[in-house]
Amino acid sequence: MKRILLGTLLALAPLCAETIVIQNATVMTEGPQGIFKGSVVVKDGKIAEIGEKVMVPAGATIIEAGGQYLIPGIIDCHSHIAGSGGINEGSVSVSSMVNIRDIINPDDIAIYRALAGGVTTANILHGSANSIGGQTLPLKMRWGKSAQEMIFAGATPGIKFALGENPKRSGNPQGGRGAGAAPVARYPATRMGVEDVIREAFNDAKGYKADWDAYDAKVAKGEHPIPPRTDLKLQALKEVLEGKRYVHVHCYRADEILMMIRAAEDNGFKVRTFQHALEGYKVAKEIAAHGAGVSTFSDWWAYKIEAIDAIPFNAALLTKKGVIVSLNSDDAELMRHLNTEAGKAMKYGGMNETEALAMVTINPARQLGIDKTVGSIEVGKDADLVLYDGFPMSDFSKVLKVWIDGAQYFDRDKAIADQATKEAEKQRLLDKEKSGQRQPTRRPNQ
Amino acid sequence: MKKLLVFSLLWCCAYALAEAPSTVAIRNAKIVTVSGPVIAKGTVIVRNGLIEAVGESVAVPPDAWVVDGEGMTVYPGLIDALSTVGMPGAAPAAAAGGGRAGRGSTATQTAPAAAQTTPATRSWGPEDRPQTTSWLLAADELQAGDRRVETVRSSGITTAVTFPTRGIFAGQGSVIDLVSGEKPAEMVVVPAAGQYLSLGSGRGFGGGGGGGGFPSSLMGIIAYIRQLYLDADHYKLVKDAYAKDPRGMQRPEYDRALEGLLASQRILLPANQLIEIDRMLRFGAELKQPMILYGAREAYRPEAAELLKKANATVLVSLRWPTPPARSADSDDSNETLRTLEERDQAPSAPAVLQKAGVKFALYSDGTDAPRDFQRAVKKAIDNGLSRDEALRALTLSPAEIYGISDRVGSIETGKIANLVVTKGEIFDDRTQVVMVFVDGKKYTPEVAAPGGRGGAAATAEPGGNQ
Repeated sequence: MKRILLGTLLALAPLCAETIVIQNATVMTEGPQGIFKGSVVVKDGKIAEIGEKVMVPAGATIIEAGGQYLIPGIIDCHSHIAGSGGINEGSVSVSSMVNIRDIINPDDIAIYRALAGGVTTANILHGSANSIGGQTLPLKMRWGKSAQEMIFAGATPGIKFALGENPKRSGNPQGGRGAGAAPVARYPATRMGVEDVIREAFNDAKGYKADWDAYDAKVAKGEHPIPPRTDLKLQALKEVLEGKRYVHVHCYRADEILMMIRAAEDNGFKVRTFQHALEGYKVAKEIAAHGAGVSTFSDWWAYKIEAIDAIPFNAALLTKKGVIVSLNSDDAELMRHLNTEAGKAMKYGGMNETEALAMVTINPARQLGIDKTVGSIEVGKDADLVLYDGFPMSDFSKVLKVWIDGAQYFDRDKAIADQATKEAEKQRLLDKEKSGQRQPTRRPNQ
Repeated sequence: MKKLLVFSLLWCCAYALAEAPSTVAIRNAKIVTVSGPVIAKGTVIVRNGLIEAVGESVAVPPDAWVVDGEGMTVYPGLIDALSTVGMPGAAPAAAAGGGRAGRGSTATQTAPAAAQTTPATRSWGPEDRPQTTSWLLAADELQAGDRRVETVRSSGITTAVTFPTRGIFAGQGSVIDLVSGEKPAEMVVVPAAGQYLSLGSGRGFGGGGGGGGFPSSLMGIIAYIRQLYLDADHYKLVKDAYAKDPRGMQRPEYDRALEGLLASQRILLPANQLIEIDRMLRFGAELKQPMILYGAREAYRPEAAELLKKANATVLVSLRWPTPPARSADSDDSNETLRTLEERDQAPSAPAVLQKAGVKFALYSDGTDAPRDFQRAVKKAIDNGLSRDEALRALTLSPAEIYGISDRVGSIETGKIANLVVTKGEIFDDRTQVVMVFVDGKKYTPEVAAPGGRGGAAATAEPGGNQ
């Protein structure tokens, strides 16, 4: 029986990437080929050929997908799944020393559920408890693999900043004005303070960088000075100053977005994405001029005061001003149907289906700097693919299969078929445990 | 006459006071040396706290007190590879949270002297050295009068590697022999056995009470540990340069937290789940510290054993096997995951799996060190595939090797410390009776275990606490 269980677990792990041909599908490439009816050939984990007619390699597995839709794997630019032991280091205002990479939890069932919703890549962010939060990175949803194997290789790492109500923590005993319950309140308690924390941190980071640059220069001259102390907190900000780390800023209001742009430009770095940015439409021109992207919600707002002046046309208006826009989940449940979030953009703002789907595929890929390898169905890119049984942005469509790097990680039929086996195994273990408990061995405290 | 002597040895001391004949001969006993073959019938001579001789035909010295071992088996004294016995404030109640949720918990219970040195003020970053008492040595904190010493010894445990367990860097453990003496110093075998680390259970908003400061999440704790080792490296660099030539150089500030790190020859890191094993193996390698993983609840998973083998890791497996939550008759079982159920079912097979995979491991009590609890816990590992010999080794020679003390304890060999367990019946068996225990050559008669188990340690929360 243990064997069966082991077998089931092994069967869950995807097979090695094989050569496959998905044929007769409606392919929404999100690339230069647009939408066409035809085939996609996957070889060695990459997309080898696409077109209405393709050469079928010998020995390839044929997937007949007549009437079905194939899209690039969905990319969520803002997620908090797959972490162990908390997603916020909320005790301090600058927690740039912490890193999501250290706490990746490949066993989080949310990964599998996201996968079943067509998500193949997610940007795992630190929470928004502090002005400067922790280091972040994108993961591929390679369910069944180890933590290290989930990491999106070669992707530029990021860092989370947060503005507004969350970092000033109004009402939270951990800081801000809600200090009544705590002996020591955490600075800052106002939006002014949030800006100050960020600027102050970069003053320190510049000093730190200068120390290291001076040291590096001496070493280059052949001297052997004692190196400066490595400070993980400032090290991450030094990487921001050097352009080696993307800044993702949690924000809502137009004024704080402008504040952040000024603070970044004064300090010589760029904001890669404004996250949420529900008032982004008010300052779209300025965001576009700074060169930042926006990752927002489709139609979710008014859940707090600073989210009150949002409109569902945000994504469309920003796009029209030349901003790269993605739609994100920020939530394990919403993450399972980002396809329909994209679909809403067709209603609000009149986007066409390619533009709408781009907001959960190629656009987040561009925001995360991974569009050379994912985000669209193009020859040479990673074979991260999702097969739907109908139009992918319809509420009624279901994900049938998901591939990452050409390996199949989700199969709806198999998932359903496996459920009975798992239930039976669960019942067996429960029964075994109960019969064990009936034995006369006395357990203290039971 | 001899019989009478044995009889009196067994019964004269109601309260397990050590008797101190300087020379003892146990003869006609089965001797399980662990390091060598079993001697079916032989003699062990104990003199001045050491094993003077062992063998089939060893002459009994004329001055020896003779124990007739007919029908008895002599084993090496058992070693609890991770314990808190003898540590002040580590008594069952006070250890609750055992360094896990115990951040800044100085205000609770009878805080040990050690913890009082950590101010309860909120930490604003790594520079405040939060939850750190790395400079502590268990040997300096020992309480000779700890009643647990006697209970634990009654299980056949003669040696414990006992640790301070509060905070992230709790301090160094010490190897102690469980003698009941006036002076704690008599117990100490090795004062510095390694730095005990724990990773807390915060959720990022300072949960878990205390000051609520940094670090409050797992990633915060990991970042803090990483920073402290970077600081220790730098500290050493600067200190060495200053020692070499202090002229014209600002003197480095003394930092006892870093001194504690630099003084530790190995670290103990917690790892129960497969992902934690993976994570901590990587982390320990990154820190470049010789490490021991403790917990190992999911080590039964083939992937885990494979990782451990590949890393050539050393593991301490907790004997506190997971137990089902209390269920009412009408409770809904379905909210427990298959994985949780599987873990409960298979955790006790972890030692057998590690054994098969060739991973270096030892067992530790994790608080299940009262005689009946301990015996049952070890038996469970045996029932789940661990051979008796290996179970014994995992509680004797293996932990001795892990801590680098196999030249003095862990087996019955000439010249080693006379730590012995004498039983009627096979050790770890249900009906087996521990007849006497020798620690440093001193003979103790165990507490008479109440039938069905005293459960004295049932409520202890322990280092590496598997709860």
